Amino acid sequence: MRAYRALLGAQARSQTAYRASFLLDLLGNVGATVFDVVTVLVIYGVTRELGGFTLRETLVMVGLSSSAFAVADLLVGNIERLPGLVRTGLFDAVLVRPLGTLPQLLLMNLPLRKVSRGVFGVGVLVVALGSAGIDWTPARVALAVVAPLAGVVFFGSIFVATATVSFWWVDSGELANSVTYGGRDFTSYPVTVFEGWFRAAFAYGLGFAFVSYQPALVLLGRADPLGLPPWAGWAAPAVALVAAALAAAAWRTGVRHYRSTGS
Amino acid sequence: MSVIELDGLRKEFTVRVKAGRLRREKRTVTAVDGIDLRVERGELLGYIGPNGAGKSTTLKMLTGVLSPSAGQARVCGLRPVADRTRLALRIGVVFGQRSQLWWDLPLADSFDLLRHLYRVPAADHAARLRRCRDLLDLDAFLDTPVRQLSLGQRMRGELTAALLHGPQVLFLDEPTIGLDVVSKQAVRGFLAELGRAGDTTLVLTTHDLADIERLCARLVVIDHGRVVHDGSIAALHARYGSRRLVVAELDAPLPTPPQPVGAPLHRVEADGRRLVYTLESAGVAEVVSALAGVAALRDVSIVEPDIEDVVARLYRTPAPDPRRPA
Repeated sequence: MRAYRALLGAQARSQTAYRASFLLDLLGNVGATVFDVVTVLVIYGVTRELGGFTLRETLVMVGLSSSAFAVADLLVGNIERLPGLVRTGLFDAVLVRPLGTLPQLLLMNLPLRKVSRGVFGVGVLVVALGSAGIDWTPARVALAVVAPLAGVVFFGSIFVATATVSFWWVDSGELANSVTYGGRDFTSYPVTVFEGWFRAAFAYGLGFAFVSYQPALVLLGRADPLGLPPWAGWAAPAVALVAAALAAAAWRTGVRHYRSTGS
Repeated sequence: MSVIELDGLRKEFTVRVKAGRLRREKRTVTAVDGIDLRVERGELLGYIGPNGAGKSTTLKMLTGVLSPSAGQARVCGLRPVADRTRLALRIGVVFGQRSQLWWDLPLADSFDLLRHLYRVPAADHAARLRRCRDLLDLDAFLDTPVRQLSLGQRMRGELTAALLHGPQVLFLDEPTIGLDVVSKQAVRGFLAELGRAGDTTLVLTTHDLADIERLCARLVVIDHGRVVHDGSIAALHARYGSRRLVVAELDAPLPTPPQPVGAPLHRVEADGRRLVYTLESAGVAEVVSALAGVAALRDVSIVEPDIEDVVARLYRTPAPDPRRPA
């Protein structure tokens, strides 16, 4: 544990060495998340309902989605650098150190400037939950805490799993982005907006419905128009754990498959 | 128990090669083709071979970076891939082309970080660092960010970084590549010193045979993924018939040079004023006495066999069957 703390400290020192630039980075990084919220607001400027949900209801999903994504991006998003490390063979250096490969990689360049995004995402969630007129019961309070955490684990697993592809196929960066960022956008709207095989694949095949849509239904006390029982909202942690297990297995296989490069 | 034990170690890579406009063919390339090797504690082993012979691939399998396709590897009694993190505590790695240091931090900070990563007691760390600072002259650039170091300075930093946790085995992949003469000397001197202490095992791949001649009592030559020589440098010379030469400078050309028994005439240079004999069974004295009777000797010198020549000849020996698609 001390070893990981030391890595993190070094990271903080080198990133905050230039204070003004770090502050600007912090501000600039809020931008992307603000955009998610603004997009939803704009859509509701021209329609009163979206997929059968009101603005206040949809904002709960936006809050769940953006808080989970922003925190996962802060903690795990850094794994996007993996294809570069694999291509250049710099991943060698990670493998000859006496620490787990994944934690090392994540801490080696933890993007502290993304902290602002996480804070903003959580802020959106709190405001949305406060204004949605939720009938608070102890169970719903618990879900409001557990669901975003499960979302963080879920998005984190998606980040890891998609990055792992680069062990086999080095130019996989765009594919990874389309799943991770696509997933974030997907979870910002009620699943009912989407249709057909696309909905089936993203919502239930990959499991994105359990990040925001299903928990939001339980929080809002609404039945699922698509017919899933209420307990589906509580399945979020289980889905996240399954995703994490799969991602970990993919990672281990990927590392074994690492080919390095010629000297 | 040997520090390093390799039994039939193999590594194959599948590569896709273009075959026609759209078709791609899978082809298996064998980088390491069954290597058996024992290295004892405290040995200094030179591991050489031409480009693409499988040197780096072997080293990567020994350090847990690559998993072998077949065969067994044990380093310090551990399986490199399965016991990777435990093995990392016992080995040091210097990959000439890849830095282990933190690019943006001063060298001293990297060392301090490594102390935490390897959980080294502060006193041991301080003692080892002091020794490296003295032997490698680090003090002048200890507070400089790594990205601003010259290659020679960085390499001295890398060596220190690899040794701060007191590894039992030190793997060096091309440690002197690209260094200037002074830095090369510093690195070699340091490694020689380390080797003399006798408890660190050194495995060194290099293209610079001077590294080997200076440091390694044992030499393993690999080509096409197989060991083609394992033994001392002297044994290599003996096996490949490299001999010492006697060069005799004469005052005047000699039309018919003498042919002493056991030392055939190798070549005639400078219009017959320089004769070069190969020492086979005869000694220098026999050659000199044979010449002294018929010519006025100006100078006699002995040329030691050049390891570079031997190795070059070794590499030129015909390759085994070219790799066929599997």
